[in-house]
Amino acid sequence: MADTAQTAHSPALVHQFETKEQQHDAGSLGMWVFLATEIMFFGGVFMSYIVYRALHLEAFIQGSHFLDVTFGATNTAVLICSSLTMALAINAAQTGKSKSTIITFLGLTMLLGAAFLFIKFAFEWTHDWTEGLVPGLHFTYSGPHAPGVELFFCFYFFMTGLHALHMVIGLGILATLTVMAYRGRFNSDYYAPLEVSGLYWHFVDIVWIFLFPLLYLIGGRYGGGH
Amino acid sequence: MSTAVADVHEVPVESRVNYLNASYGIKSWLFTTDHKRIALLYLASITFMFFVGGTAAVLMRIHLIEPQGALVQPETYNKLFSIHGIVMVFFFLVPSIPATLGNFLVPMMIGARDLAFPKLNLLSWYIYITGAIFTLYAVVSGGVDTGWTFYTPFSSLYSQTHVIATALGVFITGFSSILTGLNFVVTIHKMRAPGMTWFRLPLFIWAMYATSVIFILGTPVVAIAMFLVGLERLLHVGIFDPAVGGDPLLFQHLFWFYSHPAVYIMILPAMGVISELVTCFAKKRIFGYSIVAFSSMAIAVISFLVWGHHMFVTGQSVYAGLIFSVLSFLVAIPSAIKVFNWTSTLYKGSISYEAPMLYALGFIGLFTMGGLTGLFLASLATDVHLSGTYFIVAHFHYIMVGGAVMGYLGGVHFWWPKITGRLYPDAWARFAALVVFVGFNLTFFPQFMLGYLGMPRRYAVYPEEFQVLNVMSSAGASILGVGYLIPLIYLIWSMRYGPAAGPNPWGARGLEWETPSPPPTENFEEIPVVTEEAYNYTGARQTLG
Amino acid sequence: MARIFLDAGGRCLASALAPIPLRPPAASTIAEGVDRLHFTLTGITLFFTVVIFSTIFFFMIKYRRQSDDEVPPEIEKNVPLEILWTAIPTLICVVLFFWAASLYIRNARPPDASTEIFVVGKQWMWHLQHPEGVREINELHVPVGVPIKLTMTSEDVIHDFYVPAFRVKKDVLPGRYTSLWFQATKTGTYHIFCGQYCGADHAQMIGWVYVMEPSDYAAWLSGGASHESMAQAGERLFTQLGCVTCHVTDNTGRGPSLVGLYGKPEKLRNGETRLVDEALIRQAIVFPNSVILPNYPPVMPTFQGQINEEQVLQLIAYVKSLGVQERTAK
Repeated sequence: MADTAQTAHSPALVHQFETKEQQHDAGSLGMWVFLATEIMFFGGVFMSYIVYRALHLEAFIQGSHFLDVTFGATNTAVLICSSLTMALAINAAQTGKSKSTIITFLGLTMLLGAAFLFIKFAFEWTHDWTEGLVPGLHFTYSGPHAPGVELFFCFYFFMTGLHALHMVIGLGILATLTVMAYRGRFNSDYYAPLEVSGLYWHFVDIVWIFLFPLLYLIGGRYGGGH
Repeated sequence: MSTAVADVHEVPVESRVNYLNASYGIKSWLFTTDHKRIALLYLASITFMFFVGGTAAVLMRIHLIEPQGALVQPETYNKLFSIHGIVMVFFFLVPSIPATLGNFLVPMMIGARDLAFPKLNLLSWYIYITGAIFTLYAVVSGGVDTGWTFYTPFSSLYSQTHVIATALGVFITGFSSILTGLNFVVTIHKMRAPGMTWFRLPLFIWAMYATSVIFILGTPVVAIAMFLVGLERLLHVGIFDPAVGGDPLLFQHLFWFYSHPAVYIMILPAMGVISELVTCFAKKRIFGYSIVAFSSMAIAVISFLVWGHHMFVTGQSVYAGLIFSVLSFLVAIPSAIKVFNWTSTLYKGSISYEAPMLYALGFIGLFTMGGLTGLFLASLATDVHLSGTYFIVAHFHYIMVGGAVMGYLGGVHFWWPKITGRLYPDAWARFAALVVFVGFNLTFFPQFMLGYLGMPRRYAVYPEEFQVLNVMSSAGASILGVGYLIPLIYLIWSMRYGPAAGPNPWGARGLEWETPSPPPTENFEEIPVVTEEAYNYTGARQTLG
Repeated sequence: MARIFLDAGGRCLASALAPIPLRPPAASTIAEGVDRLHFTLTGITLFFTVVIFSTIFFFMIKYRRQSDDEVPPEIEKNVPLEILWTAIPTLICVVLFFWAASLYIRNARPPDASTEIFVVGKQWMWHLQHPEGVREINELHVPVGVPIKLTMTSEDVIHDFYVPAFRVKKDVLPGRYTSLWFQATKTGTYHIFCGQYCGADHAQMIGWVYVMEPSDYAAWLSGGASHESMAQAGERLFTQLGCVTCHVTDNTGRGPSLVGLYGKPEKLRNGETRLVDEALIRQAIVFPNSVILPNYPPVMPTFQGQINEEQVLQLIAYVKSLGVQERTAK
C-alpha cells in the first residue's frame, strides 16, 4: 500500500488511489477533461453568435457600438492580472512560501475577480438597462436594424452572463482555497487544489479574451468608448 | 470449477461481508460513494423511467390500431410520442449501460477500488434524478408535445405545453452524463492495475472510453440548444424566430451535433457488452482485438462529423448533402467490421446458449439489419423519400431496441450473479429472450414497409390503406411488452430466492470474475497484477494475485 | 377495447387475402430510379442479414459445447480477412454513395421550362396558388408530363411537403423559400402528406395531387370564375399598399424602379452583390434596410405583419413580370 511517510504531511490519500502521484495526476486530468466540456459548452454559443453575426453583420456592428470599449478593455486587463496573481499564488505554494503569501495572492485574485464583476454589473449592465437594451425584459431600441440589434444583445447577455456565472463559481472556489490556505493545508508537497483551480481560473480568463473582441471590437473600431 | 449450477458448498451470500450488506439503512444508500451501490441506484431509476417510456409506447401502439385513432385525441397522441422519445432517449438509453454496468464494472475490470471521483459519481446520480423530476413534473402536469427533437419555431414559439420544464430536465440530466464520462476517462487513464496495459483492457472498457469521449464533447452542445429554446420561450426573444432575424435551422444544427453522436453513446456500450458475452460463451479470445478496439474509437470520432444527414430535406445545399452523405457511409464501416469480428469469434468456439448469449447473438443479427437500413438514409436519393416516415422509426428502433436494449439485457443477465450474488432461472431467461426477439421483429419490421409506402411518422391518424401493417406492429408490441415484464419478475425474485452464484458461474475471464459475488466494498483485497491478455480463454488457466 | 380489436382484426383478415404493396405508385420521372436503388439496398440488407444470421446459426450448432473441458483453438486474427471485409463494405458504400448522389444531383435542379406553382403551408393546411391565379387548399392539380416547380414557404412552423408517389419531399420553412420539382408520368390521384411534425393536427395536414391530361388541366384551370393572375393580384397589392408611391417606373421616385430588376445580380449599398430572386424580394419587403441599393436612402418601411406569405408571393410574381422588361438606370 502507499508509503505512509509520503502521506505524513499531506491530506489523507483517498481510498481509491494507490499513491499521491496517482491522485494528483487524476485530479489534473479530471480538470483538463472538464475544461474540454466547457470549451464545447461555450463553443456552442460562440458558434451560434458567429453564424448570426455573419447573417446580420450591420445589425451586430450597430449593437456592438452600444458597448463601452473602455470598460471592456479595463476588464480584460483586470482578468489578465488576476490570472497573474493566481499563478503567483500557486508558485508561492510550490516554492514553499508562507501561507500568508499564498493567502495574499489568492485574496488579490478574488479582489480582481470581484472588480471585474463590479464593472460588468454595476457599470455595463446597469447602463444597458437604463438605455433599454435588455431583450425580453426592457428593450426599447427602435433604430435601424432593431431586430438584429435585439438578437445581438440576446447573445451579449447570454455570453457575458454565462461567463460571469463561471466567474462567480470561481470566486467561490477561491474563497474555499483561501480557507484551506489559512488552515495550512498547502505546502511544496501538496498544492494540487490550487493548481487545478488555477487551470479553471485561467480558462475563464481565456474565454473572456475571446468574448471581448467578438462582442466589443467588431466593425473595425479602435477603442475609445462611444 | 466453472459450472452454471451453484455449488451447494459455496458460502451462502448473507454470511460474508460484501458491498450490499456492509452497511444498512437508507442513508447508507443515498450518501454512498461506492460505485457499485451507485450503479444500483441508477439501475432502479432507469428501470422506472424505462417503464414510463414504455407505457407511452404501449398507449401509442394501441391507439394506432385504428386509422382514426383508437384511444386518444391527437393532442394527447402528440404528447405520448414526445414523452416516449424524451424519456427513452435521455433518461433510459443514454445512461443505461454506462451508468449501471459501466459504473459497476469499470473499476473492477481495470483492477481499481473505485472510480477516480466517487463523490462526483454520486453527484452525477443526484443530477440525473433532478433532471428526471423536472421531466416527470412536465409529464404529469400536462405533458409536452414537441417531439424529443424540440424543433423550432414550434417548440420556442407555438407549443402550448411544458416545454421549459422538459428542456430544463434534459439540460440538467446532460450534466449527469458529462460527469460520468469525465469520471470514466480519468479512471481508465490513471487507475489501471499494474500490468493492465491499454491493449489488455477488456473491450467493454474501450467501449466505455469511446462513449465517454462523446459524453464529454457532445453533451454540452445539446445543453446550449435546450437552454436557448428555454430562453426564447421565457423572455420571448427571437433567437430562432425568422420574423426577427433568427434561424430555426440553427437549432437543428446545434441539436443534431449532439444527438447524432448520442446514438453512438447508446450503441457503443452495447457493443462493448457483446464483446464480453461472445468471448465468454464461445470460450474464445475475441477475433481481431485491436481492430475492434480501434473501431470503437473511430466510431466515436466520425460520429461527430455526420449530423447533417438528419437535415437532407431541410433545404441545405447540395454540397453539404454530399459531404454528410460520404461521412455517413464512412461511419458504417467500423460497425460492419465489428459484426464480422464477433461472428468470427464463434468459429471453432465452444458455444453454450445461456440467456446472455442469446441476447448477444440476437444483437449481432438485428444490429446488422438496423445498421444496413442506415445506408438507405445515408443515400441521398432514398433519404429524400424516407425521411420523416416510419422507415426512420423502424431503422432507429432496430438499433436502439434490437441493438442497445438487447445488449443491455444481455449484460444485466451476464453480470447479475456478480452484482447480486444470485442466479436467476435460466430457462425463464431464455424464454423471455425469445419472446423479446419475436415481439421486437413483429413490431418493427412492418414499419420499414409502412415507411416506404409513405406513412409519415408522428401521425395520430393515418389513411386506411396503412392499417394492416399498423395492426401487425401493435400485435408485436404487445408481445414485446410481455417479453420485458418477464425478466423484471424473475430478476427481482432471484434477489431473494435465487441460488448463490459463486465468484464465476459462467467460467468467464476478467478481473471482475476473480472477486466474490457480490464483491466486497473495496473490490479487491490486494490490487491484482495483470500478466495476461484479455479473454485468455484458450491459454492455460492462470490464477491472479 | 374488445370492439376495437375485433373490428381491426376483421378488416385485417380481409386485407390479408390481398397482398400488401411493397411500394407506393411510381408516378414521376424519378420514381423508378429511386425504387431501383431502394430495392437494391433492400437486397443488400437482406443478403447480409441472412448471411450473418445463418452463419451464427450454423456456428451455434456446429460448435456447440460438447463438454465443459474442451479448449477451443487460439484464432486471434487474420489480417488478410480483416482487410477483405473492410474493403468489400467500403466498395459497396462507395458504389451506393455515387449512385444515390447522382440521382440526387439530377433531381436537385428543376428544368428551366418548369411551371411554377406556389405553396404556403400553415397550421394545418396547404394553400397553393397557380400563377394564373387559381387557388387550391390541400389539393394540387397538375398536368401530366410537364415539369412542375413548387416554391414553398410557411406562415408559422416548419412543415414538409411530401408526395410519396413522386418520391419528392422538402421541408417548408418560415422566413424563407424552399423548392422541389417533379414531372408526373401517370394520371391519377396521389397523397400529399405533411412530413415534419408541426403540432396538433399534423396528421390532418394532408391532401391530394390530381394529375390530369394536359387538355383536362387546361380546362380545369380556366373553368370556374375568372381569376386575376398572381401577377395581377400583386399589381393590385402594389398600389394598395403604396409601393407605387416610391417605386416609380421612371426612376423619379424615392425608391428604385423595379422594371427589369428581377433575375439579375445587383450590388447593394453594403457592398455585397446579390441575385434578385424570390428570397431577395421577400427580404426587401420584410427587412427592407438590409437590401438597399446604392444611392438610395434606407427609408423603406417594413411590411412585416401587414401582409401574409401568399400576398408576398403575389407581389413577387408582379415584380417578376416587370423583370422581363428593359431596365432604365437612375
